[in-house]
Amino acid sequence: MADSALHTSRVADLDGGSWWYRNQRQLAPVLFLAPGVLFFLAYVIIPIFQSFNISFYAWDGLGAPEFVGVQNYAELRNDPAFYTSLWNNVLWLVLYLLAIPAGLFIALFLNQTVTGIRLYKSLFFFPFVLSQVVVGLVFTWFYLPNEGLLNAMLGVIGLGPVNVLGDPGLATYGIIAAGLWPQTAYCMILYLTGLNAVDPEQVEAGRLDGARGWKMLWYVILPQLRPATFIAFVVTIIGALRSFDLISIMTQGGPFGTSRVLSFYMFEVSLSEYGFRMGYGAAIAVVLFLIMLCFIAYFLWSMYRDERGH
Amino acid sequence: MRSITTVSAAALIAASLAGPAAAEGLSGDFRIFLDTSNPAPRATMEAMIERFQAEHPDLNIETTVIDREAYKTQIRNFLTANAPDVATWYAANRMRPYVDAGLFEDVSDLWAEPEIAENLASTKGALTIDGKQWGVPYTYYQWGVYYREDIFAELGLEEPTTWEEELANCEAIVASGRACYTIGTKFLWTAGGWFDYLNMRTNGFDFHMALAAGEIAWTDDRVRQTFANWRTLIDMGAFIDNHQSYSWQEALPFMVNGEAAAYLMGNFAVAPLREAGLTDDQLDFYQFPAINPDVALAEDAPTDTFHIPVNASNKEAAREFLRYVVSAENQTIINGGDALGQLPVNAQSSVDDDEFLIQGFEMLSANSPGGVAQFWDRDAPAEMAKVSMEGFQEFMVLPDNLDQILDRLEQARQRIY
Repeated sequence: MADSALHTSRVADLDGGSWWYRNQRQLAPVLFLAPGVLFFLAYVIIPIFQSFNISFYAWDGLGAPEFVGVQNYAELRNDPAFYTSLWNNVLWLVLYLLAIPAGLFIALFLNQTVTGIRLYKSLFFFPFVLSQVVVGLVFTWFYLPNEGLLNAMLGVIGLGPVNVLGDPGLATYGIIAAGLWPQTAYCMILYLTGLNAVDPEQVEAGRLDGARGWKMLWYVILPQLRPATFIAFVVTIIGALRSFDLISIMTQGGPFGTSRVLSFYMFEVSLSEYGFRMGYGAAIAVVLFLIMLCFIAYFLWSMYRDERGH
Repeated sequence: MRSITTVSAAALIAASLAGPAAAEGLSGDFRIFLDTSNPAPRATMEAMIERFQAEHPDLNIETTVIDREAYKTQIRNFLTANAPDVATWYAANRMRPYVDAGLFEDVSDLWAEPEIAENLASTKGALTIDGKQWGVPYTYYQWGVYYREDIFAELGLEEPTTWEEELANCEAIVASGRACYTIGTKFLWTAGGWFDYLNMRTNGFDFHMALAAGEIAWTDDRVRQTFANWRTLIDMGAFIDNHQSYSWQEALPFMVNGEAAAYLMGNFAVAPLREAGLTDDQLDFYQFPAINPDVALAEDAPTDTFHIPVNASNKEAAREFLRYVVSAENQTIINGGDALGQLPVNAQSSVDDDEFLIQGFEMLSANSPGGVAQFWDRDAPAEMAKVSMEGFQEFMVLPDNLDQILDRLEQARQRIY
């Protein structure tokens, strides 16, 4: 420490340079980071604390906020709509993970060299390129109770018409299925790149030792895909918790609020046509943030652990 | 609050001082925000602004048209941050948040002018909060039952005037393999229209308004009676299936294709029904029939309005613009069949020669002694409207859940008011 200080001062003495010249090495990273850090502070960190703050007020977004302590949270505890949203969030979290095995199997299937494989790969990747709004609209039409393709198909095999998005018990599943379509494509592309990095010598060695089929997949391929799986998990969990656009497009949270999730409910009570309760919306946002925080903390921790391992 | 009153008092004085000269030299920038984003209303408004511009050539008018749905959330931002000089909105409780927050200008001075006081009396109540007026109306329209005249003729049915006739009609229609009513409740408010009529016919206008104002419990037996009447219709299969999946527009084809015989809707449904190929021989209108003969008939007639934001910069021009909007001549033009196709708010204007507008105008002026409501989501506070309309939709799909729904609404009522 003392040595390096001595050293820099001696360099400064030698060059007779400016303060800027002397501190360049320390300042450069700070300067390069500054824009990103500033934006991250302004658009992410500070709003988080603002949300915490607003959640203790009753505020219609127009007049003066009134401090109400934890009343918003107390009300959340007795709000059936909140529990419906929370439960739907759990459904999203669990069922959305189906995108990972589905993506893996499509990737394994496409990981071969036949004529036109590039075309097939692009076709499978296609839904991820579509906007969520388009995906939502396409699936809404697909599910339409009378005219929809789904009911036409069910009719062929003799099953009665079903109104997926109009049935309080089915609406959420219907939306999740729509969400799985692009998410599977996303996981597939992650695994396809992962498969490129699989070491052919290990596969060869495994084959010599008699591993094939499921055993080969489980003991030789999958361990090498671990980084891809980790990223697929992260994007899928975060995608499930952020689910908003599909719900807004497909059902507006309906029928009678049964397909809401926390993010949509938050929007509804605070920012939608009939929403004037910023404090209550902020309280929901805080709960959602805390749930996300558990996952984010876990992801950060496991990334940290991996880096230390190397 | 005090600062608002001083500001508006100052504005009043300024307006009265400038009064005589005002008509002469309006100048400066003048910004108008409109939510009339559908093609016909948009063209009507733009033509109206052009005529206003021709009268005031020195005024630099800038018009911004915002998508009607997006406008409902954006208004909160632009009223506080970047206020125009005039903006469209809705009457009654729907404007209360902005009145309470001191964002709409008190325009009681305009309503005191004889031209407006005498000719706009019928809508004054809808623009009044705390004894003051906060804007002017520019159009309103009737609600009622639009029905397929040819289907009624085929089944030998007459327009019903009592609940018994209504139920008998509906039974005949259902027996012919059709639904009595089409409806799309995906966006909830259409169910609010049904609740308005059933409750006003069962318990009367004053009860309905008291309920909207939170003075009556949702678990009250009179409210239950309204739902019992509604259930009679639901149980006989009066409404189309899967209505929770359709918007109001998506419910139109059922009526056009003859799968449903009627539609309880606002007059704005006439244009798309005509465009879809129904002629005036096939389409007719009747007033929602009486249910309880002891209560006076009352109607829904939502009013669309213009307001001056408190933060507007050219209030002198804004006041002149509002005067122009409600003037008898302009009202006749913008509400004509080739423009908005609705009812003029000025008593001196003439109603367009249109089967539906004439019937609606007669109904509202002669056969609505109970009163005129705005609409459920404009009469009730926003939050109550939201939870209750969700309840109405649930009731229409799962009528057995009524007790839970009413308990939930009662809980909401105690919290909101």
